[in-house]
Amino acid sequence: MDLLLDAVVIGVLLGCFYAAVSIGLSVSFGLLDVPHVAHPAFLVMASYGVFFLNDRFDIDPLVAGLLITPLLFLFGLAAYRLYYETFERRGTDAAVRGIAFFFGVAFIIEVLIILQFGVDQRSVTASYIGKAWRFGDMRIPLRLVVAFAVASALTILLALYLSKTFMGRAIRAVAQDEEAVRLMGANPVRIKQWAFGVATAVLGVAGALLIIVAPVDPTLDRAYIGRTFCVVVMAGLGSMSGTLIAAIILGVAETIVLTLFGASWAPAISFALLLGVLAVRPQGLLGRRS
Amino acid sequence: MRRSIIFWIGAVAFLVIILLMTQIIGNEYPFFAGYVILQFIVLAVAWTILGGYAGYVNFGTSAFFGVGVYTAVLLTKAADAPLIVQIAAAAMVGALLGLGVGLLTLRMQGIFFSIATIALTIVIETSVTNWRYLGGAAGIQLQRPPVTPPFHSYVQMLVFVQALLVVLAVAIARYIQNSWIGRGLQALRDDELAAECTGVPTLRLKLLACVISGALMCAAGAPGAMYLQYADPASAFNLNYSVSVLAMALIGGTAHWAGPVIGAILLGVTQQLLAVTISSEVNVLVLGIMLVLFVVAAPQGLIGLFRKLVHGRAEGKA
Repeated sequence: MDLLLDAVVIGVLLGCFYAAVSIGLSVSFGLLDVPHVAHPAFLVMASYGVFFLNDRFDIDPLVAGLLITPLLFLFGLAAYRLYYETFERRGTDAAVRGIAFFFGVAFIIEVLIILQFGVDQRSVTASYIGKAWRFGDMRIPLRLVVAFAVASALTILLALYLSKTFMGRAIRAVAQDEEAVRLMGANPVRIKQWAFGVATAVLGVAGALLIIVAPVDPTLDRAYIGRTFCVVVMAGLGSMSGTLIAAIILGVAETIVLTLFGASWAPAISFALLLGVLAVRPQGLLGRRS
Repeated sequence: MRRSIIFWIGAVAFLVIILLMTQIIGNEYPFFAGYVILQFIVLAVAWTILGGYAGYVNFGTSAFFGVGVYTAVLLTKAADAPLIVQIAAAAMVGALLGLGVGLLTLRMQGIFFSIATIALTIVIETSVTNWRYLGGAAGIQLQRPPVTPPFHSYVQMLVFVQALLVVLAVAIARYIQNSWIGRGLQALRDDELAAECTGVPTLRLKLLACVISGALMCAAGAPGAMYLQYADPASAFNLNYSVSVLAMALIGGTAHWAGPVIGAILLGVTQQLLAVTISSEVNVLVLGIMLVLFVVAAPQGLIGLFRKLVHGRAEGKA
């Protein structure tokens, strides 16, 4: 019983971390309908950026994550521009070739990381990594607590940005009815480009969390395809509160299965949940579509 | 009719040449490389039946391939079944798996179908990893049975078997393309709702495409167990198969059965050369770059480029 309680607590912490790595996809795929399978690859790339700054200049990983955020924003703007010019504008079967395109991009990023940093696992150093809090018998790694706090803040900030600011509301307006936005005299493409930039910029801090929680290796993005898409689809496309709930469900499910059946089943959990959601309730928990 | 005759003459000639090569060439290496290319041709053609004709982008090629490999492993370990039984059983398992995938996912559109097929790959891979009898994560060693004449080595026999599968796959793809099945698939690819409304049995056609494509992919994977004499889940279910096959089909062009064949030969040969001369990482890099380049610049693949060239000339003359 104690073990199970342990698993639930750790699962909730882990879930909030999953929300932080998925929230960008919740914007790019959930709101903008971009089939962004390269999102986890962008995430791992950000982690390696953080690793580089931490390893070379001894900068705290979270600060490093903030430092690379502007770069990622620009990268996101450019990536969306390329995607828009080559697929959305031409219209026909954009989805089919769009997926292939992002898969190709993910592969290229993977290999470039391997060529630059090698295939070994990499991790960062910071004062809060390696320590733990104890409550009676329960032992909670401090790195998870840090990830939990930062991830919650990041998720809430982005949710607030989308609901309270002018630009955030514009992004949601584009998601709801692009034609109407056009009729109001706004340029939906520029709004979407901005939104994609924001979705990519968030990966700076998310990538820092990824490498704080556990060491990263170049092919880690494959596992996170399952996790991020599971969270976003389960949430109901584009729902920010749904993202948090779905991520916590995933986190708890993973730690419980891990405790009961062992680590070798871990990779399948997110994908199995995803399959289940797609088969039973494709609109997700708090879906915007019927 | 005349085209059919030409096609079958070509197919028989292809098989005879492969058979002659197994008799004349003593060096094993060309066969090791050739086997992989033939295997990719089967996979790419099978992929095109669902991904090209019907427009459902399947990322689960590695799931079907891996299931084929492990069906063969299971039969070898449990019953010492001969190669032909392994392949036939794999095809049946693949057909069933295809039917299952179809029933589960074909009501999903676009990216949801693709994501679901990736999910399926990982779920199956994890199940096999946890299946002790099949060696688990560490993999399993296999012993090749003695080779049957007229072949001198087992690999040469496997190459011939895979060549037979190539002919089978291409013949099926060609038949589908020229029959009402292909026209129906094309109609649902262009506009599923309109096709359904005009009386095309879209769901049945999609299921059929899934079953055929799945059976061929599994059959292509089955000889792989004996080819390597070893199988492990991480490489049998590697996502690289999915992306390679997808790239081959898209680079060649998916409107015609010749597209995936050309794409598989082109990319397969390039990969073999790169893997030998430089490194397997650069190999994957080239794969990714070619995929992105073609998807961006030549959406109809080499077949499309070729057609444009021919059309352009015809217009120029007129």
